[in-house]
Amino acid sequence: MPDMPGIPEKLADTLDALSMVPDRSERIQLLIDIAGKFKDVAPEVATRPFPEESRVPACESEAFVWARPRPDGRLDFHFAVENPQGISAKAMAVILKDNLSGQPLEQVAAVPQDVVYQVFGKELSMGKSMGLMSMVGMVAALAKRAQAS
Amino acid sequence: MSEIESRGYSRPDALVSTDWVADHLNDPAVRLVESNEDPLLYASGHIPGAVEVDWTRDLNDPLRRDYLGREGFQSLMRRIGVNPDTTIVLYGDKNNWWATYALWVFRLFGHENAKIMDGGRIKWVKEGRPLTTDVPSYPESGYQARERDDKKIRAFRDEVLKHLDSKGGLIDVRSPDEYTGKKLHMPEYPNEGALRGGHIPGAANIPWARAVNPDDGTFKTAEELRGLYEGEAKLKKDDDVIVYCRIGERSSHTWFVLTHLLGYPKVRNYDGSWTEWGNLVGVPIER
Repeated sequence: MPDMPGIPEKLADTLDALSMVPDRSERIQLLIDIAGKFKDVAPEVATRPFPEESRVPACESEAFVWARPRPDGRLDFHFAVENPQGISAKAMAVILKDNLSGQPLEQVAAVPQDVVYQVFGKELSMGKSMGLMSMVGMVAALAKRAQAS
Repeated sequence: MSEIESRGYSRPDALVSTDWVADHLNDPAVRLVESNEDPLLYASGHIPGAVEVDWTRDLNDPLRRDYLGREGFQSLMRRIGVNPDTTIVLYGDKNNWWATYALWVFRLFGHENAKIMDGGRIKWVKEGRPLTTDVPSYPESGYQARERDDKKIRAFRDEVLKHLDSKGGLIDVRSPDEYTGKKLHMPEYPNEGALRGGHIPGAANIPWARAVNPDDGTFKTAEELRGLYEGEAKLKKDDDVIVYCRIGERSSHTWFVLTHLLGYPKVRNYDGSWTEWGNLVGVPIER
């Protein structure tokens, strides 16, 4: 396991794998492939029009996130991205869903928002950074809320 | 008369339609340039023959908060095979928000022969037109860039302060929540990169996206735009106007609308915008 204290092991493995692709073009292609795996939120979780409380703040790709508890109290995360051009948001959604669903709540709650830069690099606009970081922040906030309940 | 000309713009030639672009895909005198906020979008598919200009890598100084200098711009234009007589057609995501930003930077260097594809990338895609992942390569040009001239279309903070004294026109193109400062107070989420929320005193709030038709991303007619900027914001065509947003990107869209579509002769973009103003010590703020 890579040395990324505080980050769930599965996510740390993914970030480690991404770090092995330093070439920007190759990284972009990899992230496009990840975005291609995006699956819209299932209708049993949420249907349109989505409630505003599920909207990711500051995300101009109109991302929405939901958490559903497992029997052990851990969470499964679900996403919708309403902007058809929101490929980065879709890639981020896949990474968060696949790597944080079912992970210990305290670890999910502690995921730092700047993992976005480990995924996409630092050449992001401020708006894009904020939107993607808000996706991480909202997932962490949902985990915190579940911990408290 | 073309459909774009029928909208009553001062400079209808600042826009081209998707049909026009489709008819000029193989025109060597035209260079298509895609400029997006989303760094994955161009590589996922773009208009055949289009090159990418990335705002973060291609238009900014890597160290200072400033745009590239003459040599950097010259290298960029040479790399994408552009000469002064090449017609550059910019398009991109977010209803051409980033395309107009790139066009504004090009104008800082006096490159006038640049247009916007009306409706941007989303219109092209919705019309089912072709996309490719092939990245084109063009022979390097011998482009000779001029020095950047910030005076006419760029405003700095001291100029904005003077502008307040002279009661010049001021348009804040951010969302109403940003304008009122409400957005700085959301717990658990990143703030807007500023210590204070609100807006520059006297600024009217006309969010940038109101200038486009939400269905297809095309620009509204001149009459509709005048309704926004002259009806609601009370601007007059000969006003000295400064536009701003968070870092000057969204406001470049409004700069384009006022300058090219409505023919305002004196519009400057304050790219320091709220990330500068909201952190400045002692400047006035309204909420």
